[in-house]
Amino acid sequence: MSLPTNATCNSSLPLRIEGLVKRFGQLNAVDGITLELRSGECLGLLGPNGAGKSTLIRSIVGRVIPDAGTILIFGAKADSTAARSTLGWVPQELALYPRLTCFENLRAFGRYYGLKGIVLEQAVARCLDWSTLTDRAHELVKNLSGGMKRRLNMAAGLIHQPKLVLMDEPTVGVDPQSRHHIFEMIEKLRDEGMSLIYTTHYMEEAERLCDRIAIVDHGKIIELGTNDDLVRNAFGTRSQVLARFGGSPDRVVPWVAAHGGQTTDGIALFTISHPVEIASLLEDSAKAGLELVDVSLRKPNLESVFLHLTGRELRD
Amino acid sequence: MFAIIRTAMVSLRRDRGGLALSFLLPVVFFSIFAVIFGGRRDTTPKVHVLVVDEDHSPASERLVKGLKQEGSLVVTSGPEAVKGVEQPDYTAATAEIAVREGVAPVAVIIPHGFGENPISFGPADTKPPTVQLLEDRSDMIAPQMVTGLLQKVAVTSMPDLMAEQGSKYFDQFSGGLTHEQRDRLNQGIRQLRERQESDSSTSASSNESGGIIAVNARPVVGENKNNPMVSFYAAAIGVMFLLFTASGSAGALLDEAESGTLDRVLSSRVTMTSLLLGKLTYNSLLAFSQLVVMFLWGWAIFKLDFWSHIPGFIVMGVCTAVAVAAFGMLLASICHTRAQLGALSTLVILIMSSIGGSMFPRFLMPEAMQKAGLLTINAWAIDGFTKIFWRDEPISHLWPQVLVLVAVAIVLFIIARRVARRWEVA
Repeated sequence: MSLPTNATCNSSLPLRIEGLVKRFGQLNAVDGITLELRSGECLGLLGPNGAGKSTLIRSIVGRVIPDAGTILIFGAKADSTAARSTLGWVPQELALYPRLTCFENLRAFGRYYGLKGIVLEQAVARCLDWSTLTDRAHELVKNLSGGMKRRLNMAAGLIHQPKLVLMDEPTVGVDPQSRHHIFEMIEKLRDEGMSLIYTTHYMEEAERLCDRIAIVDHGKIIELGTNDDLVRNAFGTRSQVLARFGGSPDRVVPWVAAHGGQTTDGIALFTISHPVEIASLLEDSAKAGLELVDVSLRKPNLESVFLHLTGRELRD
Repeated sequence: MFAIIRTAMVSLRRDRGGLALSFLLPVVFFSIFAVIFGGRRDTTPKVHVLVVDEDHSPASERLVKGLKQEGSLVVTSGPEAVKGVEQPDYTAATAEIAVREGVAPVAVIIPHGFGENPISFGPADTKPPTVQLLEDRSDMIAPQMVTGLLQKVAVTSMPDLMAEQGSKYFDQFSGGLTHEQRDRLNQGIRQLRERQESDSSTSASSNESGGIIAVNARPVVGENKNNPMVSFYAAAIGVMFLLFTASGSAGALLDEAESGTLDRVLSSRVTMTSLLLGKLTYNSLLAFSQLVVMFLWGWAIFKLDFWSHIPGFIVMGVCTAVAVAAFGMLLASICHTRAQLGALSTLVILIMSSIGGSMFPRFLMPEAMQKAGLLTINAWAIDGFTKIFWRDEPISHLWPQVLVLVAVAIVLFIIARRVARRWEVA
C-alpha cells in the first residue's frame, strides 16, 4: 500500500511514513519502517546505538535520501519547502557556531529559515527565554557549559516555530541536572501541543516524555505502543526477579539458563508469574550450591521489554 | 623506545598529507629551484630584445647581426604578424611603447649616422651617435646584460671598423702615416674584414665592455617609481597569502560538516548553491581586504604609489580575490578533513607560488616554466598588478588578466559545487 500523494489528504497528521528503506552498502539502516505521528503527540524512538533512529530522523529532515518509501509532513512531501518550514530538527551533534554568541547563533539560524526584522528578534528572544539562556545571550557558545550548549542546540531547532520537532538524543553527554532542565523544556513544548519525535536510548526519558514509544532495532520498529502497552504485551502481569550469585560464572550461567533466566553483567534475570515463585528459585539455587548475594523483585520496564524482544540490552 | 618509533612510523604512514609534506613537497621544490637556477642549458632563459636600426649602414647591420648571433638573446625587429599580415618593423616610438607594454624588457635603437662613426673613443670634439637603450626597470637583469653584450658584439662583429676608425684618429693626431705604414695597416684591416665576413661565428670573446660604442640607457617603464620592486612583491606575496587564507577560510565548510552545522543549515531553506555562493562572497571580501591592507602598507612604508592606481587596483583586486576564493572553495570541497586540507593546500599553493612568480619573478625562469606559470592564479594576478602599478597601463589593458581570473573563478566554483554534492544528502 502506498501513501496518497495529495498534499491536502491527511494534512492533519504531522508525520506519516510508509515503507521507508535506507541502505548503506550492505547495511539496511532503515528497513521498511511505517509510522504515523498524531497531532500534539510525543513519539519516542527507543533503541540502542546503530539501531537506525538517526537515519530515520535524517530521512525525515531530508538529509538522507531513502531508497524506498514515502514521508509526508502535514501532507507535504518531506523535501518540499512547505514541509521544511513546518519541521524543526535538533540534531544529536552540537550544530552551532562556536565563535558566535547564543544571540548571534539564534539570529543566524532564524535568517536561514527566512525570518527577519522584528519577527526574527522576537523569535530569538522567545528561544532564549525557553532555553533559559537570556542572561547568557551574549556569551560565546564555546564558553558555555555542556548543558547550556545542549539547550541552545535545541533552541536553534525551534527558532522558526515549527509545528513538528524532531529531537535526536538531545540529552547526550549532559549531567543529570541539565537533563532535568531539558526535560522541563520539552514538557513545556508538549503542553503547548507541539508534535514531537524524540529519539533516545535512555528508557527513563522515553517513559517520562513520550506518549507512545516505538522500539527500534536493526532498522525496524519491532514494537509500538504506550509504555504500559509495551510492558503488558511483553510480560502481561508477570514480574521480574533479579538475583546476583557469588562463585564461578561457569556454574551460575548454566544453572540460570536451565531455570529459564538470562545472565547479563553477572546478574540473573527471571520472569515469574507470581511472587511466591521466588521461594522455589532460591531453594533450587541453594540445592545447587550457589551462593546468593542479592535478590530483588521488580515490575518489568522498557529495558525489560527491549531485552525480552531483542535479547540485548538497550545500551549494548 | 622501539615502540615509540614504530607508533610514530605507523601514524605517519597513515597520514597521507603528512607524507606528502614530508617527502613530496621537498622533492617538488628542489626540482623547481633546480630547473630555475640549476643552469640546464636548454632551458636557460633568453632575454628578449627589440632592435630598431634607423641607420641601415653596414656597421649597424653588422651590429644587429652580431646581436642576433648571441645565444642568450632573442632579437626581434618587428611585431608578430597579425592574422597572417606582416606588421611594419618597430620604430623608436613603437619600440618604446612595446617596452612599456612588457613585450620585451629592453629595446636597442641604433640611430642615424651610427655607421659613420660607430666607435665612441676618439677626440673630444667628435661626438659619435649614441645607441639608445630603452629599458624596463622591473627587469633588473636584462638591460645590464644587453648593455654588456652590445659592447662585446661591437668588438666581435666590427673589429675592422674599430681598427679603421682608430687609424683615422691616429692619422689625424700623429700627422699621418707613411705610404708603407698605411698599406700595411689597410692590409690588416682588410684581413680583419675578410675574416669577419667569412667567419660569422661569435667565438671571439672579449670581456671588455666599457664604452666601445656609446650607449645611453633610458628607463621607459618605472622611471618615476620610488621603489621599483615594491608593487611586484606586494602583489606576489599578497596573492600567495591570499591563497593560504582563502583555503583556510573555506575550510570552515569542513568544520561545519564535522560539527553537524552544515547539515542543520541545509535542512533549513538554505540550499547548497546559496551556501557556497555566500561563502565565496565572504572569502572574496576577506581576500580583497587583505590586498587593501597589503597595498596600504606598501604605500605607507615603502612609498608605493597606491592612490593614483585605485581603479586598476579595484579591478585586479576583485578578480584576484574571487579567483583565490573559488580556489579555496574547491580545495575545501575536495578534502574530507582539516588536516587533509592543510596538507593539500600547502603543497598546491607553494608549488603554484613558486612557478607562478610569487617567490621570484617569472622572467628569471626558463621559457617552459614561464609558460607553465600561466597555469597559476599567481602569474595572472601578478601580471595584472604589474600592469597597473609598474607600467601605468590603462584598465582596458587588463582584459586578459580579468578574463582569465574570472573564468578560473567560475570554473573552480562550478567544480567545487559539483564536488560539494556529497554533503547535500547521503
